[in-house]
Amino acid sequence: MSETPGSVDGEEVRHVADLARVALDDAEVEEFAAQFAEILDYFETLDEVPEIEAEPELVNVMRADEVDDCLDQSEALANAPESEEGYFKGPKVS
Amino acid sequence: MATDDTAAPEGRTDLNAFVTRERIGPAEGTEDGPLAGRTVAVKDNISTEGTRTTCGSAMLADYVPPYDATVVERLIAAGATIVGKTNMDEFGMGGTTETSNFGPTRNPVDPERVPGGSSGGSAAAVAAGEADLALGTDTGGSIRNPASFCGVVGIKPTYGLVSRYGLVAYANSLEQIGPIAPTVREAAELLEVVAGPDERDATTHPAEDVPDSFVDACDGDVSGTTVGVIDTLLEGADERVVEVFEDAVDDLAAAGAEIERVELESLDHALAAYYVIATSEASSNLARFDGVRYGVPGGDEGNWNESFAGAREEGFGAEVKRRILLGTYALSAGYHDKYYRKAQDARAWVKRDFADAFADADVLASPTMPVLPPKLGESLDDPLQLYLMDADTVPVNLANLPAISVPAGEADDLPVGLQLIGPKFGERAILRAASAVET
Repeated sequence: MSETPGSVDGEEVRHVADLARVALDDAEVEEFAAQFAEILDYFETLDEVPEIEAEPELVNVMRADEVDDCLDQSEALANAPESEEGYFKGPKVS
Repeated sequence: MATDDTAAPEGRTDLNAFVTRERIGPAEGTEDGPLAGRTVAVKDNISTEGTRTTCGSAMLADYVPPYDATVVERLIAAGATIVGKTNMDEFGMGGTTETSNFGPTRNPVDPERVPGGSSGGSAAAVAAGEADLALGTDTGGSIRNPASFCGVVGIKPTYGLVSRYGLVAYANSLEQIGPIAPTVREAAELLEVVAGPDERDATTHPAEDVPDSFVDACDGDVSGTTVGVIDTLLEGADERVVEVFEDAVDDLAAAGAEIERVELESLDHALAAYYVIATSEASSNLARFDGVRYGVPGGDEGNWNESFAGAREEGFGAEVKRRILLGTYALSAGYHDKYYRKAQDARAWVKRDFADAFADADVLASPTMPVLPPKLGESLDDPLQLYLMDADTVPVNLANLPAISVPAGEADDLPVGLQLIGPKFGERAILRAASAVET
């Protein structure tokens, strides 16, 4: 991890891209590292914000768990690039 | 119908306002409905059953929703005819409609310039007469920005007034669907149709919290209304914009409004707070796009992480990737307190600042945008410069308040919008003041 606040190197960008499951190419890693440095520098202004006691107005919107109409199986599968026997088909886990 | 009014008007260079032109509705028996005979363009991040909904992205280029958004159901039940799905910055991320996978939209006022964004297609369609009305969405200004740049009216409703069921989420604690129209009254008419509680969106407020009519508030009567001009937002604005803005404020005073000048210190931190919160929420909301249930597939080579990463690399444009990564970073271990926690503190501060201001003012005013509409291509090299254009609009989303952009005049033949901000569920107050600006 880089020491200087607001600076980001290629390694960090690759790490974050890995967390976010986005396969960046080398040119993108370099471009994003430079752009992030500038943007995160701008975010430094948040250090000046005092701690505020938030006053959340929370309302309980829970409802009874009642069965209602929903999508049928074919509707739910209609946009899947691959499906098999009524299941979504995806890549292998490992 | 004798004519196909879904086609681009003859002789006009296509503005590329629409991703998909298609007639939807009206529902049977709605000939006397409040929107009977009117055409509405719907932003392409709002689900329309059986009609593709792309969010301006390659990821969803072929996605056809199996259900209608609540607002779409309400439109066709009111007698409206939807004429198509409008172009937008990809997943709502942008302020010029230039990040769309389907090419930029042109501003009808000057086709060399951007229409604003992210609801640029909706605003351009209304400004060019390709639809009577439109729906847009506003997460950090995406209705008000294009309304201002195209010279039309746009409203971002109070958070919780309009159902988000069927809206593809970008930042779900900040965004609202809202109307874009040629006049304040027409925007109010559209708002009346789509507003109101929805049991399928638990963030909508119950009927007793919200006004039951908006159109009758458009009477232009501002005698005794106190308008607070937010001086904090005038600093750094283009002086041509400020001049038009101040003239419009003088007109409000002449119509009987009392003008006060206010400073809101928290607004200096609002933009950073917005971008931390919005990108953090985006990183979560866009995690669903892995190419399995919908979207661009990542292929069978490698394990699922590699497949998902490949799908997302291919399906998302640069701005979307940038924001997902920024949000992931802001939420990650070691940075969460520095960025996300501080951004939430800033958000609470902004809310409190506005609440204090509304103790003395009925509505607050600022220019909608700090600049005139840029030329196409001008804003793409420097993401931070693009983000700075949102300075006047994002505080409103952080505070969950309503705001309207109304045309206030022109500078160098380009539209300038005036923004009026109201207290929570204060749509009637901002409609009243906006209708005074209009006349």
